[in-house]
Amino acid sequence: MKRLLLILGTLTLTAGCATGCAHQTALAPVLQATATGSTIVESSGGKQLGTPGAMLQQPLVVQVNDAQGNAVTGALVEFRAAEHVTFDPAASLTDSSGQVSTTVTLGGTSGRYELTAASTDKSGKQFDLNITELALGYQTQLGYELDQKYCARCHDQVSTPQRVSNYDNLAVKPPAFTDGDTLNKRSDSDLTAIISHGGPALNRSALMPPYGATLGKPDIQALIAYIRLVSSPPSRIAGLVYARR
Amino acid sequence: MGIAMEWISASMKAKLISFWRALFRDPIIPFGLVSLVLLVTLAIIPAKDHFSEWRRYQRQYLRLIHDRGDSVTLERHFQGGIRQIWLPELAVADRCQTCHTALGEASLGDVSTQPFRTHSVIPHRLDEFGCVICHRGQGAATTVAEAHHSTLAPEEPLLPARYLEASCGQCHHVALPGTPNLNEGRDLLARRGCLRCHAVRLPDGSRMTPTDNPQPITHIAAKTTREWIYAWLQTPSGYAASSTMPDYQMSEEDARDISAFLIANSEPLSGSSLPTPLAPSKSAPDTAAGATLYRESSCASCHAIGNAANNMVGGDLGQEPAPELAPEPGPELTRIGSKVKPEWLQSWLQDPRTYNSHTLMPRYRWTPQQLRIVSAYVESRTDPELLAHVHLQPATAQQIANGKALVIEYGCAVCHEIRGIPKPEAYAPELSRVGSKPLAQLVFITGMERTLPAYLNGKIRHPQAFGPGLRMPQYTFTSEQADALTTALLSLTDRSFALPSRLQIPAQAVATYQPAGQAGKLMAELNCFACHRINGRGGDTAPDLTWEGSAVQRAWLDAFLKNPYTLRPAMIRHMPKFNLSDSERAELTGYFVTVYQKPDIDRDSMPLSGYSPALVEQGRQLFYSKYSCQSCHMVNTQKDKGSIGPALTNVGSRLNAAWIDHWLKNPQALRPGTIEPNQNMSDGDASALTAFLMAQKSSGAREAKR
Ligand code: HEC
Repeated sequence: MKRLLLILGTLTLTAGCATGCAHQTALAPVLQATATGSTIVESSGGKQLGTPGAMLQQPLVVQVNDAQGNAVTGALVEFRAAEHVTFDPAASLTDSSGQVSTTVTLGGTSGRYELTAASTDKSGKQFDLNITELALGYQTQLGYELDQKYCARCHDQVSTPQRVSNYDNLAVKPPAFTDGDTLNKRSDSDLTAIISHGGPALNRSALMPPYGATLGKPDIQALIAYIRLVSSPPSRIAGLVYARR
Repeated sequence: MGIAMEWISASMKAKLISFWRALFRDPIIPFGLVSLVLLVTLAIIPAKDHFSEWRRYQRQYLRLIHDRGDSVTLERHFQGGIRQIWLPELAVADRCQTCHTALGEASLGDVSTQPFRTHSVIPHRLDEFGCVICHRGQGAATTVAEAHHSTLAPEEPLLPARYLEASCGQCHHVALPGTPNLNEGRDLLARRGCLRCHAVRLPDGSRMTPTDNPQPITHIAAKTTREWIYAWLQTPSGYAASSTMPDYQMSEEDARDISAFLIANSEPLSGSSLPTPLAPSKSAPDTAAGATLYRESSCASCHAIGNAANNMVGGDLGQEPAPELAPEPGPELTRIGSKVKPEWLQSWLQDPRTYNSHTLMPRYRWTPQQLRIVSAYVESRTDPELLAHVHLQPATAQQIANGKALVIEYGCAVCHEIRGIPKPEAYAPELSRVGSKPLAQLVFITGMERTLPAYLNGKIRHPQAFGPGLRMPQYTFTSEQADALTTALLSLTDRSFALPSRLQIPAQAVATYQPAGQAGKLMAELNCFACHRINGRGGDTAPDLTWEGSAVQRAWLDAFLKNPYTLRPAMIRHMPKFNLSDSERAELTGYFVTVYQKPDIDRDSMPLSGYSPALVEQGRQLFYSKYSCQSCHMVNTQKDKGSIGPALTNVGSRLNAAWIDHWLKNPQALRPGTIEPNQNMSDGDASALTAFLMAQKSSGAREAKR
């Protein structure tokens, strides 16, 4: 009886070990850096507006450079973020143009996501780059739509074939909604006042029209929530910030 | 008596003790053991309660808020124990807030650890709707695993965040501004033919209706060749990258037989209304004139053409701002010359409705000379490679018969009108409640995540992977489109039918407004509704014309129809030039001016000219300073730059004064959804601005006055 138990126990243990080890090798394909750089810069894919829990439309691409600013091939870049954010791949070697590309799936809540791309230099010291991505919730999505319909033609300098910017035509230049240096200084009540009653409400130019009789209160709140979300540097009142760990 | 009793009990006791001794040797040890076991058993119950997940979270939460500045307020808000939202009418009994203690605490916005995050702002109150209506999961559960992941028979796990908009769609059957994925998914269901095979019934008893416009193939032999059909059936994308016909990955034999049948089955075009064929042109095609006509006629608004770099140009009318309101784009024309027969193209361009009475293509009034130029221009878009390798033997009777059987099997007649083939009913399963389909009824592919959203998404992207012989064809959806479609399908739930009808916001009924008489016939031929909305029917890419008769002056309207131009300086797109005859224009303008009138605007209450210079000057001041209209509009092209609204340089020759006056005071009352802000303008300011604007006359009109 005792012997039987002993055999059974040993068997289970070895089996457990074996699967455990098998799992380990399956999980961690060994990536060995063949070169090192000293800085990471963003090539594209930062500051995207995404849907919570969904893949961002554009991949995130970063580039590793050496001290002279030349692209480095074969440097190991690891992507990190708070839990629930996934990268595919989470680590990779830079290609012949010094770049690494990864697809990012955001967590399930709306707000601001701070991601990190990290690599190590030749002395083994880590250097990294912070990237922000944004997930729109119901309210901020509404703010985005309203911005596109009513505001962006003046407040956004970028023209598309469907929407030509009016920015250059304005004698007083409106701030972009991403301009945190300007807009973070304004309180919510100041923003509500200027959006509802137009520029003159805050002694500013009448080129900023009043929207209080056109948009409802929830609309204006949504616009403000959206302005706070996209601002850079981040607004203190931006709501959730998912700090990296 | 008493002694007898005593004796019995004493002897019983002795017997019991001896029995006990026989069993265990010492009575104390087992007694102790048994009581210990009992004690432990009893202790398990409070201990289990004490160490339960939710109590642990509540203790964590109290620690978390303890050191914060506003801990007193937060502690006051905190309620220990199981918290439940109970809404019998909605079948909601949600205990989520037992662990998610801080959903409503705006001041904890910086906390990122679950379960203590605050809820993002939504337009509904938690205590009126609970949690599971939107998030799914098991509201009554009190452990993390049961609440979030349970897939027991009637239960469902949490809905992944990226499909969350599906939950809005359970009640909101109209498009919401904050749910772009759901809106896009519903639009794709209607536009990509899904609803032609699958019925979707909504809780109010209505049905979702398809909005695509598949071609009839009754007269196909007049239009194209058997070779083209054969190549198209095998790979639609080989002819047109933007093709919305799904790919049946059809074998060569099937394509051979179906093309044989369709040609043999085609009816010749006949009837007295058939356009007369043009005499062949003697001169070489005039490409420059063709390009000009193509542009003036705005063909590119609806039709895309792949350019040399393989990018699609044009056909983008349906892309903004709200795709669900934009017209269905026309077919891509990159290789049209390799598809259609020249004589068919000419007769189509003369009058599209003789070939397809439901087409959205307008009937342009081109002269025979212009027709020749346009059709030569379009026909020059060819691809010599397309049919270079297609060589078909003449069709046999057997192939034709087999082709007919295949056409029935593939269900072609679900979308296309084909002579002699009845439209199949209920060709594919109804999807009215597909968003609640139990897992037990789904057949998963091995290796696939076993959830309903994953199943739906997989089925949309790779229907053929679910087994050979399934009838659903392969579509070309991007992964965003597949997510959007999955979202739309997940909104079709049992719960949607069970919710009280007072919560249901029904879809807008399809507007069927039809203008009357000769003008109505003309408007159908020109397909004005593709871009303009009138009385709730029509598209969103051009101004709403419901009150156009109150808005514009008759002479301007007539001149505009004769030679349309862009009113908005920043717009490239403009209304096509239809070459209407004088009498057609008179018919249309007459109808607009008399019928499309807003009852409370009296056109004649304010004159078109003759305002005092002082009033005009006051208006000018208001225009440039108080209201700063120049930020969006130009009155003086030298000085002003605003390019969002229409140019107002000739507005005094275009609009009626009474309309301007009403518009200034409340633009949204005249055109709901217009982006012109309502400025709460006083009567005095409005009349001064009206005077100023009416003074902006085109030079032609001013000369006429003199
Ligand atoms: C016609 C062009 C135009 C449109 C449309 C417009 N704005 Fe502005 N806006 C301006 C101008 C110009 C200013 C700068 C005024 C100044 O600095 O005197 C401005 C300023 C502002 C400011 C104040 C910035 C500061 O520095 O405090 C806010 C906030 C703002 N706009 C929000 C909006 C919102 C929200 C919308 C859409 C609902 C909108 N604007 C639409 C032109 C416009």
